[in-house]
Amino acid sequence: MRRIYLDHAATTPVNPEVIAAMLPYFHNNFGNPSSVHGFGREARKAVDEAREKVAKAIGADVREIVFTSGGTEADNLAIQGIVLAKQDKGKHIVTSAIEHHAVIDTCGFLGTQGFEVTYLPVDEYGLVTPADVLAAIRPDTILITIMHANNEMGTVQPIAEIGKIARAHGITFHTDAVQSIGSIPVDVNELNVDLLSLSAHKFYGPKGIGVLYIRKGTKIKPVTHGGGQERKYRPGTENHASIVGLGKAIELATTNLVEKQSKIRMLRHRLIAGLLAIPEVKLNGHPEQRLSGNVNVSIRYVEGESLILSLDMKGVAVSSGSACTSGSLDPSHVLLAMGLSHEEAHGSLRLTLGHDNTEEEVDYVLSVLPEIIERLRKMSPLYSQRYSIPVRT
Amino acid sequence: MSVYNEKVLEHFQNPRNVGTMENADGVGEVGNINCGDIMRIYIKVDGDERITDIKFQTFGCGAAVATSSMVTELAIGKTVDEALIMNNKDVAESLGGLPPIKMHCSNLAADALHAAVKNYREKRALHQR
Ligand SMILES: Cc1ncc(COP(=O)(O)O)c(C=O)c1O
Repeated sequence: MRRIYLDHAATTPVNPEVIAAMLPYFHNNFGNPSSVHGFGREARKAVDEAREKVAKAIGADVREIVFTSGGTEADNLAIQGIVLAKQDKGKHIVTSAIEHHAVIDTCGFLGTQGFEVTYLPVDEYGLVTPADVLAAIRPDTILITIMHANNEMGTVQPIAEIGKIARAHGITFHTDAVQSIGSIPVDVNELNVDLLSLSAHKFYGPKGIGVLYIRKGTKIKPVTHGGGQERKYRPGTENHASIVGLGKAIELATTNLVEKQSKIRMLRHRLIAGLLAIPEVKLNGHPEQRLSGNVNVSIRYVEGESLILSLDMKGVAVSSGSACTSGSLDPSHVLLAMGLSHEEAHGSLRLTLGHDNTEEEVDYVLSVLPEIIERLRKMSPLYSQRYSIPVRT
Repeated sequence: MSVYNEKVLEHFQNPRNVGTMENADGVGEVGNINCGDIMRIYIKVDGDERITDIKFQTFGCGAAVATSSMVTELAIGKTVDEALIMNNKDVAESLGGLPPIKMHCSNLAADALHAAVKNYREKRALHQR
């Protein structure tokens, strides 16, 4: 059976060039970067080169790059590290209602530890309003954390503007840029951020490796303790093969970014047009202001996991914000925050395109989906109810 | 998302007894849209109180569809009393088990059957009055 992958927001395949760059560091150049001998020096050089690539890609200095085990750890280090360093200044954090769990659950945890968290609402497109950020700021606000691009809806937030507000008030500003690297230009100075998280597996690098950018002069404390690696912000022997992979991946992802993304955007137009031709399918989020690969629709009268399973049986990999896929009893907090009804959230489908997808693949998905939807709708009591009066006996 | 066994997937792909029923002797519905599962079951019952026909409609995840399908297979030919003895756990077991998280949220098919039987009894009581 053919397999079509339309879930690039979940993860991406590792680029063969990235794999090739990593391979020498498992066996031949396996040294510990902290060792003084030749094996160690080789490994150290590789880590330093990767750090330079990351710094160059996001407009930072090499001393501002801290390698972590991924996006989740970068978010945790940013938020908990700032809170540790600044808790005597205040107890208030500002974030949004649509953050990734790595941010929202970290803030939620701090909420149980004596901190106060403001979760800013979003509009129907999933956008945070800078004026709301301004209004939420209090004398005891120590951190603002708002994501750059949303993982479910692809909505891109006005980070530069929010960053300006944060800076004017002397408040540390963090953004989770895990979804945006490789999709849109990311420059820490243009974005006015103090801290920025990224994760290699979202841009054709390996899983389990990420970065926290920490602007020079930012007061932050480590949350793990051990050796002196990563200037003590993230102790532990460096995962140097993955660090090399991340370096290569970010270099590739940020070269010719605009051209590569315009190809994906064309595919997105085709996919959205085809989906909206199916009766009672609605686009979630902004028609244009979203990551080029992101499509999110609600398909009325059917449930998301059933759609995923049915598409999987046809070899097509997608995701949904339905409860059954969020691992809890509630559908996605992002969709609900955008004002979708429970039915719309349960019936949501996210299709995220990548570099390897083709027009022909999009057409294949569009050719199998209507039958699947029809089959599930025929099974759905909500569908048969929509014209007739509900069965009353 | 959960990992389903072959039997669950088979029922999901080829659900038995999908549809509605005109002049059903009993109709039962459980679940709600907030939690993402709605199941409706229609039954036809003969003079010996045996379920002779059954249909279901379900909005929900893979487990919701598979358990609905399974309960219709289990119920057909049984008396309404026998149907009432069957519980959600029995249905899940007949499917060879469900992922743990699904045991709570989407395993309601026996409840829908019970609701249909209850509805049948209420209607009959009304007739006899
Ligand atoms: C926006 C966002 N933040 C954080 C993460 C977590 O990153 P990681 O999987 O590297 O821990 C993800 C990916 O799942 C994400 O999409």
